[in-house]
Amino acid sequence: MTDQRPSQPATQTGQPHDRPQWNIASSGETATLRLSGQWTVDDGVPLELPADALTKAAHGASHLSIDTSGLGQWDSSLVSFLWNARQSTEKAGLTFDTAQLPDGVQRLIALLPPAPQPPATPHAHVPNPFQDAGAFTIASLEEVGAVTLLGVDTAKGSAKALSGHGGMRLRDLLTNISDAGPSALLIVLVVNFLVGAILAFVGAVQLQKFSADIYVANLVGIACVRELAAVMTAIIMAGRTGGAYAARIATMLGNEEIDALQVFGIPISSYILLPSVLALMLMMPLLYLYGCLASILGGYTVAVVMLPDITGTGYLHQTWDAVDLHQFEFGFIKSIVFATMIGLTSCRIGLKAGRSAADVGTAATSAVVVGIVGVIALDAVFAVIADVIGI
Amino acid sequence: MNPSASSLPAPSDRTRGDVLLSLRDVTIGYGKKVIQKNISMDVKRGSIFAIMGGSGCGKSTLLRAMIGLLRPQSGTYTVDGDEYWTGPDSHRTALNRRFGVLFQSGALWSSMTVGDNVALPLEMFTRLDDEMIRRLVELKLGLVGMSHAIDLMPSEISGGMKKRAGLARAMALDPDVLFFDEPSAGLDPITSARLDDLILTLRDGLGATIVIVSHELPSLFTIADDGIFLDAETHTPIAHGSPRDLRDHSTNPMVHAFMHREASTDAPPAEPATKGTNSNGH
Repeated sequence: MTDQRPSQPATQTGQPHDRPQWNIASSGETATLRLSGQWTVDDGVPLELPADALTKAAHGASHLSIDTSGLGQWDSSLVSFLWNARQSTEKAGLTFDTAQLPDGVQRLIALLPPAPQPPATPHAHVPNPFQDAGAFTIASLEEVGAVTLLGVDTAKGSAKALSGHGGMRLRDLLTNISDAGPSALLIVLVVNFLVGAILAFVGAVQLQKFSADIYVANLVGIACVRELAAVMTAIIMAGRTGGAYAARIATMLGNEEIDALQVFGIPISSYILLPSVLALMLMMPLLYLYGCLASILGGYTVAVVMLPDITGTGYLHQTWDAVDLHQFEFGFIKSIVFATMIGLTSCRIGLKAGRSAADVGTAATSAVVVGIVGVIALDAVFAVIADVIGI
Repeated sequence: MNPSASSLPAPSDRTRGDVLLSLRDVTIGYGKKVIQKNISMDVKRGSIFAIMGGSGCGKSTLLRAMIGLLRPQSGTYTVDGDEYWTGPDSHRTALNRRFGVLFQSGALWSSMTVGDNVALPLEMFTRLDDEMIRRLVELKLGLVGMSHAIDLMPSEISGGMKKRAGLARAMALDPDVLFFDEPSAGLDPITSARLDDLILTLRDGLGATIVIVSHELPSLFTIADDGIFLDAETHTPIAHGSPRDLRDHSTNPMVHAFMHREASTDAPPAEPATKGTNSNGH
């Protein structure tokens, strides 16, 4: 944008490397704004033409012409100054004459509006706690309804698939199973092993005081089988698989793949939801059992290493006595419920995401957060139910 | 094209009436926001109908309403005399079987091969055996010059190839109407011209009706027989007619500027509109 045409030599006051300067001279009806020097950003240019200076210098004039005979190089900074000068001139009731300006500057000035347009004010949200709480409640209930409907649709799709008339592709189910199950084995092992080990470590320190070392096995076994293995595995799956489902579906939405399914009349519940949710429902109980073994192994390792009075066989025998089948059944059922909740909510969050890249990230984050909070909330509900029915 | 009429969805009776798609006083928008209102237009059977207008005027939104992805705020939309937006979802799903849509990005399902993309609608809605489906998929991909890509994933092919594969998928169920959303967007001029030729060949060969959303003027002048011009400022259609007629005869400044790629919307020299007509004057 720098104009270096030889037709614009810096003569008179203009030495090519001068700092940018302006002055106004008035002669009768005409005031002249004289520009000289280098008007480039690097040289630090004046930002504006003060209105009072213009009024004082151009007193009695009716129009302002511009003399650029001393102007050296220029860039956007000159255009910015002249735009401001035009506003000040017109405010002072003078005509702004651009005829003497370099052709490029004239064209740029002509593109600009009379003054910078005020930024659009965003819709102001006046906080109203009652209204906000009501809106949040309604939105939450709507989401619960939407997830329930998705669940019903998925169950219907499942029934159709079992009868051989469903739209689910076996290949999609197997791919989802592979992603949700075998691929998660290592992280489930590591997390549950460490949880079991930490419990054993904390328990051992306390129980040694009462010479009740052997009950470390009870502590680890019951806590993990009944609660922690199911909850920790579900949290891992919410972060790993739930986030992936939401991101994948949100990306499909952005790529118009969901639109294409809808136009063909291919049910999204059968084609996308069913293989995803079913894979989680099939894999989560197995991962729960695997997590139980990992956490018991973690407790075993710490107990055998830390507690000299406990043998490996004794620890396993104590665990066998402490954990009955009902505890496993309870954890097993919980893991299926957790899987259903994580699958449905993450698919729902993906389906209602926007179509931009940022929306994909938001959907993945929301799915993880909702999944983890949902798992813990559901676990609390299970705790109450277990208390009521006396498990 | 239809090797097993008993297995494929029943083809429509293409002799019924001259008008296949009809909109009357349709208003489209999102929530309370109106994008376009007072849209009335008829798409004749076997024609190539262009939805034109500047960026952001609502062309793609109108297309979404016509293919069932967005319920209009008001007005009536009929497909071969059937009201599209009345009745249960199954009614629209049945009518959609007569549609094929090529989305702007191709919208191939990314988790499956190009061949599986074309095969899925056939697997879902027909009782053809695998061998017959494979042959039909090869045929559709062959028509768009993509038979070599049958086992490739969408991520392994170029943007132009994705559009052609998307077109093959749109034709999977031998639709009566093909909808194209910006088919030439992002394509080089040669690929774009080839796609135009393909669209004309398909229209002539299959007897399909085509609705195309585009602002690619050379493409529109080449292929479209009829059209509607949507205005972003008034939120209404401001002209009806074929792109060529609108280019040559429209006196509407906005339409004239658009058709002649002019930056200014100053009024053109007065000239009687013989074929292309302005909405408010016809």
